[in-house]
Amino acid sequence: MIRLTDVVKEYPNGTHALNGLSMEIQDGEFVFMVGPSGSGKSTVIKLLIGEIEPTEGRVMVNGFSLRNIKEWQIPHLRRTVGVIFQDFRLIEHKSVYDNMVFAMRAVGAGPREIKKRIPYCLNLVGLENKGRRLPSELSGGEQQRVAIARALLNNPSTIIADEPTGNLDPARSLEIMRLLERINALGTTVLVVTHEKDLVNRFDKRVVMLERGRVVSDGHGYYGRKAL
Amino acid sequence: MNKHNFFYFIKEGAVNMFSHGFMSFAAVGITVACLLIMGTFTLVAVNANAMLEDLESQNQMLAFVDKSLSEDEARAMEQTILAVDNVAKATFISNEEAAAAFRGRYEDDELFQGLPDDNFRHRYAIDLKDIGYMRQTKEALEAVPGIGKGNVSAYEDEAAGFITIRNVAGVVCVVLIAVLFLVSVFIIANTIKLTTFDRRDEIAIMKMVGATNGFIRWPFVYEGFLLGLFSAVIGFFLQWGLYEAVARSVASNDTINLITVVPFEDMWTYVAVIFAGAGMLIGVGGSLSAIRKFLQV
Repeated sequence: MIRLTDVVKEYPNGTHALNGLSMEIQDGEFVFMVGPSGSGKSTVIKLLIGEIEPTEGRVMVNGFSLRNIKEWQIPHLRRTVGVIFQDFRLIEHKSVYDNMVFAMRAVGAGPREIKKRIPYCLNLVGLENKGRRLPSELSGGEQQRVAIARALLNNPSTIIADEPTGNLDPARSLEIMRLLERINALGTTVLVVTHEKDLVNRFDKRVVMLERGRVVSDGHGYYGRKAL
Repeated sequence: MNKHNFFYFIKEGAVNMFSHGFMSFAAVGITVACLLIMGTFTLVAVNANAMLEDLESQNQMLAFVDKSLSEDEARAMEQTILAVDNVAKATFISNEEAAAAFRGRYEDDELFQGLPDDNFRHRYAIDLKDIGYMRQTKEALEAVPGIGKGNVSAYEDEAAGFITIRNVAGVVCVVLIAVLFLVSVFIIANTIKLTTFDRRDEIAIMKMVGATNGFIRWPFVYEGFLLGLFSAVIGFFLQWGLYEAVARSVASNDTINLITVVPFEDMWTYVAVIFAGAGMLIGVGGSLSAIRKFLQV
C-alpha cells in the first residue's frame, strides 16, 4: 500500500514541489496520476522510490516509512517497487536476456532463479523469442515491454510507470497500457504517471490529478471527474 | 558474499579494467613506477643497514691501557670498561699478544720482526652495541682511569658515513613512499572514476532495481584490486631485474666492489609481499575513493 499524508517537499533551491499532498493507493489498485508540468508528479515518484526525503509529512510505501528510512533499507524498499521510465533505460550493449540477468544479479539472485524467472517475465510481455536481440534491434514498444519485464523480475508488489508511453505511437501506447492492466490483474499495484488524456480516458481506472503540488481531483474514468 | 556473486564481481572488475585499456595501462604504468621507486629506495636502505651491521660486527675500538700499569692491573680494568654505556664486549689483549699479532701481519718485513714487546701496550678490543654512539663511547672510555684521552682508536668517519647513508635513505624512503602512494591512489582513483562515469547508467539501473551499495561497489573494488595486483607483479619482476643488474655492476666495478650487496634471493619474499600489499592497497584505496560519490542515493 502507498500512503502520502500532508507531504511537503521543498528543494534546496527553494522550489516547493509538493504542498501538503495526501493520497492513498490500496494494494492491487490501478491508478493514473496526471497533471501539468511542475505539478509534482516526478517528485512523488522520487519520494516513492526513496530517491528523496519529504520535507514534512509522512510517506509509507509497502510497509516502509520514507520519513525516517535508513540508507541500508532503501534497496529493500526498491525491490518491492518496479519502476518503468519513458526512455526505457536499457543497457544498449547487452542483449535483452543479459539486461534481465543484470537486473537480477544486482539483487543477488542465483543462476537457478535467473533461468526460471527471466523466461517467465519475457513470456508475460510477449517477448519470449527476442531474448538474444540487442535493445537497438527492437521497436520502441518492444523496448518498453523489455523494461516492464525487467521491472517484474524481482516480483514487486507495486509497479510505477513514469510516462511509459511518452516515446510511443498511439497503437503501441495502447498495447503497453493493456499489458500494465494485465499485470495489475495478476495482483500487482500499478501507478502510471502520464499526461496523455486520451489514453487515460480509454480505461475506466482511478485518476488522481495533481496541480501545484496538491491533489486537485481523484476519481474514476477520466481527468477531473471528481473535483476535490 | 556467495560464490556466484564472487565470480560475477571478478568478471565485472576485469571487464571494467579492459574497457578502458589505455587508462588502465596508464594506471598500471604509474603504479609500477611508484612501486619501483619505493622499492629501490627501500632496498638501498636495507643494503646500507646490512653494511652498517657488518661494520658493527667488524669494527672494534681499541682502548690502550696506560703503559705504567702492569698486566694484572690492566686486566682488572675489564669490569670498569664493561660498565661503560654501549660497550657490548671487551677482550683483553696483552702487549705480548699485540706484538705477536703485529709481527704476524708483517712477517715478510724484517724491519718489524725485531720490535720488542715493551713497545706495545696492553689493550682492550671493544665491541659496541650501536656504532651510532661511537663518539660518545670513545669519550666515555677515554674518561676511564688508566686509559686517558687520545688512547682510544675508532673508525669514526667510516661509521658516520654509513649512518648518514642509512638515515638519508630512511627519510627519503618514508617521504617518497608517502608521496608516491598518494600519487598512485590518485591515478587509480581517476581510472576507476572514468569507469564509474562510463557505467553511470548501469549503476543507476542497479540502484533502481534495489542493488545494495556493497553490490555496486564490489566490481569497482575488484577492478582497483586487479590493477594494483598487476602493477605489483610487473613491479616485482622489474625490481628484481634492476637489482640484479646493479648488483652485477657493483661486483664487477674495481672501485666499489668492496660494497657487499644483499642477494635478492634473501629478500624476494619480503619484496613480493610488500609489493603485493602496497599494490592492492593502492588499488583498493583508489577505487573506494572514486566510487564513494556515485553511491550517494
